[in-house]
Amino acid sequence: TVAKQTTEWLETVSHSLFVCSQQKELTSKKRDEFEDILEERRLSSDLRYAMKCYTPVIYKGLSPCKPNAIKSAVLQSEQVQYVIKQLAKEMGESPDIVQEEATEILDEMGHSMQLGAVRFFAFTLSKIFKQLFQRVCVNEEGMQRLQHAIQEHPVVLLPSHRSYVDFLMLSYLLYTYDLALPVIAAGIGKADFLGMKIVGELLRRAGAFFMRRSFGGNRLYWAVFAEYVKTMLRSGYAPIEFFLEGTRSRTAKTLTPKFGLLSIVMEPFFKREIFDTYLVPISISYERILEESLYAYELLGVPKPKESTSGLLKARRILSDNFGTIHIYVGQPVSLRTLASGRISRCPYNLVPRHLPQKPSEDIQEFVSDVAYKMELLQIENMVLSPWVLVAAVLLQNLPAMDFELLIEKTLWLKGLTQTFGGFIEWPDNLCAKKAVMSGLALHSNIARLVDGHVVLNDKQVEDGAVGEIVFKRALAILMCATYRNQLLNVFVRPSLVAVALQMTRSFRKEEVYSCFSFLRDVFSDEFIFFPGISLKDFEEGCFLLTKCDAIQTSQQEIYPTDKGGVIVSFLSAMFRPFVEGYQLIFRYLSKETKEAFTEKQFIPGVRNFVFQLLEKGNTQCYEALSSDMQKNALAALVQLGAVKKKKMSNGFTYSVNQEAVNKILDMFDARIPVQKPVAARL
Amino acid sequence: RQELLKWNGWGYNDSKFIFNKKGQAEFTGKRYRLGGMVLPTFKEWIEKTFGASLEHKTTSRASLNVNDVPPSIVNEEFLQDLRATKISYSQDAEDRVFRAHGHCLHEIFVLREGMFKRIPDIVVWPVCHEDVVKIVELACKHNLCIIPFGGGTSVSSALECPEEEKRTIVSLDTSQMNRILWIDERNLTACVEAGIVGQDLEKQLAESGFCTGHEPDSMEFSSLGGWVATRASGMKKNIYGNIEDLVIHIKMVTPRGIVEKNCQVPRMSTGPDIHHFIMGSEGTLGVVTEVTIKIRPVPEYQKYGSVVFPNFERGVACLREVAKQRCAPASIRLVDNAQFQFGHALKPQVASIFTSFLDGLKKFYITKFKGFDPNILCVATLLFEGDREKVLQHEKQVYDIATKFGGLAAGEDNGQRGYMLTFVIAYLRDLGLDYYVIGESFETSVPWDRVLDLCRNVKERIVRECKEKGVQFAPLSTCRVTQTYDAGACVYFYFAFNYRGISDPVHVYEQIERAAREEILANGGSLSHHHGVGKLRKRWMKESISDVGLGMLRSVKEYVDPNNIFGNKNLL
Repeated sequence: TVAKQTTEWLETVSHSLFVCSQQKELTSKKRDEFEDILEERRLSSDLRYAMKCYTPVIYKGLSPCKPNAIKSAVLQSEQVQYVIKQLAKEMGESPDIVQEEATEILDEMGHSMQLGAVRFFAFTLSKIFKQLFQRVCVNEEGMQRLQHAIQEHPVVLLPSHRSYVDFLMLSYLLYTYDLALPVIAAGIGKADFLGMKIVGELLRRAGAFFMRRSFGGNRLYWAVFAEYVKTMLRSGYAPIEFFLEGTRSRTAKTLTPKFGLLSIVMEPFFKREIFDTYLVPISISYERILEESLYAYELLGVPKPKESTSGLLKARRILSDNFGTIHIYVGQPVSLRTLASGRISRCPYNLVPRHLPQKPSEDIQEFVSDVAYKMELLQIENMVLSPWVLVAAVLLQNLPAMDFELLIEKTLWLKGLTQTFGGFIEWPDNLCAKKAVMSGLALHSNIARLVDGHVVLNDKQVEDGAVGEIVFKRALAILMCATYRNQLLNVFVRPSLVAVALQMTRSFRKEEVYSCFSFLRDVFSDEFIFFPGISLKDFEEGCFLLTKCDAIQTSQQEIYPTDKGGVIVSFLSAMFRPFVEGYQLIFRYLSKETKEAFTEKQFIPGVRNFVFQLLEKGNTQCYEALSSDMQKNALAALVQLGAVKKKKMSNGFTYSVNQEAVNKILDMFDARIPVQKPVAARL
Repeated sequence: RQELLKWNGWGYNDSKFIFNKKGQAEFTGKRYRLGGMVLPTFKEWIEKTFGASLEHKTTSRASLNVNDVPPSIVNEEFLQDLRATKISYSQDAEDRVFRAHGHCLHEIFVLREGMFKRIPDIVVWPVCHEDVVKIVELACKHNLCIIPFGGGTSVSSALECPEEEKRTIVSLDTSQMNRILWIDERNLTACVEAGIVGQDLEKQLAESGFCTGHEPDSMEFSSLGGWVATRASGMKKNIYGNIEDLVIHIKMVTPRGIVEKNCQVPRMSTGPDIHHFIMGSEGTLGVVTEVTIKIRPVPEYQKYGSVVFPNFERGVACLREVAKQRCAPASIRLVDNAQFQFGHALKPQVASIFTSFLDGLKKFYITKFKGFDPNILCVATLLFEGDREKVLQHEKQVYDIATKFGGLAAGEDNGQRGYMLTFVIAYLRDLGLDYYVIGESFETSVPWDRVLDLCRNVKERIVRECKEKGVQFAPLSTCRVTQTYDAGACVYFYFAFNYRGISDPVHVYEQIERAAREEILANGGSLSHHHGVGKLRKRWMKESISDVGLGMLRSVKEYVDPNNIFGNKNLL
């Protein structure tokens, strides 16, 4: 029993160390300097650059092999052969036919890296990037760390995903630094990306490989795909790159992670087929996102144009536009072995042949999820915030118009606060606040502009149109503006939810504030990124940051806003008000308007109309509730809280609402009833 | 025997590695083939591998300081009873210290530089089964603790006395129970007293034209009873089997009485085999006194051999194929590159220019003509045994398989040297200790499909842990696949490092060894293939055999020895 207690204790300690390390990294910040990689491109020949001697450093144990050799290794692997035999038996077909199918799948997704294609990309991308962006800034130390990591262990690159530019840019970057081009697991919908025939083929030759975005039932696809990724990883042939978020975030707010790919790339280590794996979080921040208006339309339910080749050509128009600076921060490589030490029971992998498909055990699933969140938090930590992000946050609280001087003053004030909270602001040296705000306005003239000493949103083109038209235009502008404010939210969420809780409970008792905080954290668990299960720690961190900026004082039992802290507290809660109000609207819709089971396809237009009408009547000002992203998150939150039942049907998921439960949650929001949550014993 | 053996190191007093006046390595004594030979390249290897230098030397104290030894506490009534049995005994300090340890690194370190906190209070020398019965009865009567002692070659801390043991500890030395009681030529079995040492057993059986064929690396010193108690494995198990295949009958004295069977048969279906409670019980249940063991006629012909492979992966694939075809010779081992170089460094000075020329030619052929990289290639060593004709046939079969995996026959001499290395390596540790180099071996068994991953990961883990723990020189971290089975293999690791600059080398060593064991378990390897658990590896027992499994073993212990007379605290 002593041994048992010891191991349990060790597990707890290692888990809390895991959590601690993540907390610590949030507070101890020493970040690298940036270099502009476009600067050299503007000075020397792109052609010579594309033809440069390219001999990337490689993994130490690598035996060189051609893409075709990898494909046949995948096809012949015990893993894939096992599934082929199984399927052949089940379907009563000859294994050859299934094998044929597997070959086709491989050809569809397999990459075939060719130096010619790489050089072609190097040349064209140089031209395009110079046209689009002012600067592309990279932390060189991060690149050096990455270079070491690649030689030491297989590497998985985990960039944030805001734009299609992400993976082009990352490959371009690795080429520039003479590193092996990554093999990219990019999702493809049916007519989505693979539809872009030419670009798709070029990308494939430059090293991208493709997975279908949904292949739920297809076991063969899953087996071939998983084995392909693992073979790449085991051989150390090239870094694997994929997006934890699964898709481009339309709101610039980090999406909750997907676990499928992550658990695939972790498996070779769990099975000890390789000694270790490096996970490298990469934060790519855009001063202005290429797809910003596209996203806003999409969030409002206007169908987006398919990403066809011709569509991309039309996008040439935007080549004449200016998209400012990109910051790429390559984070510290994280050793999977270190993360896993003491956390994984080895038994499940020792008792089954390693080539058999195996459902990950619960502790593995929990571990994968923890790692995913940890990596996203690391991405968030190193996201660069431009001055415009601060401007957007201030502006959204002061609509319809704001005095220019006041805006500058507030922006400067917010800069200080953001830095206190650990936000990573790139504020060009010696640039005075006025100039910073001005240049932000210049870059984002499609969103806001300066009129008579006031800054106003660009939503007035159809001044005398129908009411609906006005609401729509306004929503569009607000959502676009929110895309920038959103970049602050994950940095601010812990102190802000404490502030919101303080206002909601109208109480100073720590216990009550905490239970309200905890309730909000649960409700917003799909909206913002929280490390699973450490509500109390998050609360303490929120309180700590508020204390640090003198907004509150805390005692053993109580929390008070200080005299001058009122400004901060109300600013923070106003920052998150769109979410609090938006969720309330959506919950209200669900509790009143839905009597029968519905699908997501029915839910989104329903709730959109509901909010739209309220906006038209002027009964609410919460334009952000029109965002389909918020609507989906709110629904997911209710599913998690057990107030909505999600059922899998033949044609997708259907939802049914438990009216009573939703009303109860609404009441808690309105503070009509105290938040009912078991309070942690030790506060 | 005690007089012949080193008190603070491995093996015979007269056999050891030294650096002679010319600074060349030399192995002394006449007991081994290597005896008296100069090893010209060894010094360079040791310097290159460990960064050790002959100028930096540590010395063990010359002899045991009797004043340091914990006093012997034995109550007079027991002594009176003991005298009445006429069993010889001793309370002498040197006798007691000699039986207070096995050959783990930390134990040897204590001998060289410190003193054990707890050692046996008295040593007894029973000469037959009946003597053992009497001693166990007396121990029960006076509530004493008995620790059986055979050859003293344990590498699992099994012989160390539990520090907290308050009772008198009796070391029961079986060395005087060393007769062959009878040989049954019709059934090919022999009944032997358990204290007999391996080499004596083989020598005496050979007089009648027989052998057991059980050859653990420690066979010069380890005893039959010890083999049974630890589930030993022999080098030639492919022909003769491991101890569990060899044993026909066991007689053991326990506090509850004598355990034995009613017949000596090849197999019986009478519930779980009680022999399997005894084998691997590591002295926690009683004393094995007599064992009936299978014997075989001494083989007519023996032949060594060796094969060079371009790399370790190909070598493992070849061994796997040999196991699959079930045509493994008496012994087949695959050493990795580091161990190959290690073996190479122990090559004696060659007698004539002609041999040295031949060596050069061979080297040229393998590295230049066949394109083997001398820093990657690895070697399999082979030992064939049996009828001359069959051996040659067998040899051809194995070499044919090897060729398919890119192997090249590399001569008998390399093979033989490989096996010799096994016997002298323990002497090498003593030399290392004189020059700030500490090291040890450990082993595991693993399924075939994980052999390569396990070898690579464990070696890598050792290198990394050394770095993290502040070891300033790269360690020697090497392995060999030393046994093959149908479903897997036994892997043996050597690990050594230069500890200059580290204040507590033994502690660092133990931490690294523990990490290596963790790595083995995570790679699907076993806690032990043949060294046993002792006290060194107890912490992983639950994980190894599950809670219920551990409970099963405990309940046997509770029934057989309720008062924990056999209180060496091993295993459970």
